[in-house]
Amino acid sequence: MKTRNYLPLIGLGVLMVALHLLTVWTGTQYYLTQLTMSAYYGLVIIGLGVLMGYAGQISIGHAGFFAIGGYLAAALTTRNLEPFAQNWWVQLLDKAGVIVHGQDIYGLSQMTFTPWLACIVAVTTAGLVALVIGIPVLKLKGHYLAMATLGFGTIVYRIFLAMPYFGESDGITEVPGFDMLPFLTISGDMSHRVLNFYASWTLLIVGMLFLINLIGSRVGRALRSLHSSEEAAEASGINAGRFKLKVFVLSAIYAAVAGVLLTHYNGGIGPSEASMAKSVRYVALVAVGGMLNLWGTLIMGVGLTFLSLRGVFGSFDDAVFGTILILVMLFSPEGILGLKLRPLLRQLIIGGRA
Amino acid sequence: MLKIRNLDAGYGKLRVLKNISLHVDPGEIVTMIGANGAGKTTLLHTIIGLIKPTKGEINFLDTPCCRSSVGQIVASGCALVPENRQVFASMSVEENLLLGGHVLQKREGRAAVHKELAHQYELFPILRERRNQFAGTLSGGEQQMLAMGRALMSKPRLVMMDEPSTGLAPLIVRDIFQIILRLREEGNTVLLIEQNAKAALGIADRGYVLEVGKVIVQGPSDILLANTDVQRAYLGREKVTE
Repeated sequence: MKTRNYLPLIGLGVLMVALHLLTVWTGTQYYLTQLTMSAYYGLVIIGLGVLMGYAGQISIGHAGFFAIGGYLAAALTTRNLEPFAQNWWVQLLDKAGVIVHGQDIYGLSQMTFTPWLACIVAVTTAGLVALVIGIPVLKLKGHYLAMATLGFGTIVYRIFLAMPYFGESDGITEVPGFDMLPFLTISGDMSHRVLNFYASWTLLIVGMLFLINLIGSRVGRALRSLHSSEEAAEASGINAGRFKLKVFVLSAIYAAVAGVLLTHYNGGIGPSEASMAKSVRYVALVAVGGMLNLWGTLIMGVGLTFLSLRGVFGSFDDAVFGTILILVMLFSPEGILGLKLRPLLRQLIIGGRA
Repeated sequence: MLKIRNLDAGYGKLRVLKNISLHVDPGEIVTMIGANGAGKTTLLHTIIGLIKPTKGEINFLDTPCCRSSVGQIVASGCALVPENRQVFASMSVEENLLLGGHVLQKREGRAAVHKELAHQYELFPILRERRNQFAGTLSGGEQQMLAMGRALMSKPRLVMMDEPSTGLAPLIVRDIFQIILRLREEGNTVLLIEQNAKAALGIADRGYVLEVGKVIVQGPSDILLANTDVQRAYLGREKVTE
């Protein structure tokens, strides 16, 4: 039973290679850029999928966590520390080796934080914010998290839009590449395209592997039990609030990691990444994939995001995702890849005996 | 094992339990009978920590547990079989049982859980047959057995059962009560809450009668069975007219 759970992961790895070969074969390597971006968005979506499907909580502020990751990474790696060079804390950090000395686009010398430090700060901040929101809210039963994150998302959006430090409505550009490993730089540079594609999909696979293990473990079983009867779960000694909190923080961290890496890949981030429309889109994608179907969530999330990024939906983009959410809730609350299709597929493959 | 003194508890301003005192000794089956709304379920929920008492004290295994969380109380050896079973319908029978072993796994590890699982299958052979079925597809009696097995998975010192006979056919009720007797033979202690006073007093060592939040009569089961007040109120009129 265990190995069966991991088979789709191998399938995902094969798909990754196949997609690459397909773009080479058809001469459409430029698709790799959107495929890379889709994988990062996919990471946000599977994280949210576990929160919605397994912890039974909705977050309408996941774009906020994504943006905290992206904006902090962008700001810390681009904002010049030169004016503060004499401050003790800058000198201390410089000695610690977390400050890069370089030149800006006009050739003036500048000091910025290293992407690694920025990444750690960004992800930790997102996790802590989730903790602060989650601790009071998740003690309550019901969908209070949706309301709290709705407020949180709006606040984050407004903060990034209003603060000059975060570039106001222009966002932050000229974000440097992230030399993550000796051979791997997360950046949108053409020469790194193939490697970045593999990096993003590998991260998605690892992220998925972790979530699958989580669901299959004692923690995952406890989470599913909360769905059926929270009272009985608690009477079995399961601390419902704590489990929900853990998953919420985990999903915020997934979103923030995706935000950090995608910002380095795109070389910038703008306030639309923090917008409510983005948060609603993530919720819609989880719903389309099926709440309790992490693979469905992954496939629909990455697939639809790819189409959206290719501009298939044109300027109706947000409307399309809103419509999808309504249609799914009305006609197939189990998600498009829900249970109804499974017997049908089995019939097609095995033949007759469903 | 369990000692409750002058306990008051309720929901908000509503005082459901008024000055309740009771005790359960090791190896006993103690039953608490009473009509709807007497506060039976509230009492169990207060003992396990789902509701915090406003007054009085609860001592479990000689330690006060009024301030502990549900998780701590369950971990210390007190288990609840909730009213209406409340099995996890969308999970398999085995997963339901493993969930019951949640605190056991934390305390003694995976091997202990599997040993306990085997023990539950021995106690409830029907659950072994149904192990891979969704719990929601079981019959009422099977679900009751599953709920009991789930509670026993934590290797509790005290098992509290909230109206296990509700909605079950008389024959099944007899089976369930046989199992409760067997639990006592295995050295378990049971606090049984029932509306079915006759059946409950039939297997219990001692009983308490709860009426609108107060204990009105208590004593050994046979004496309660012979008590005319109890007979009139809970055992049906035919006893009196006989």
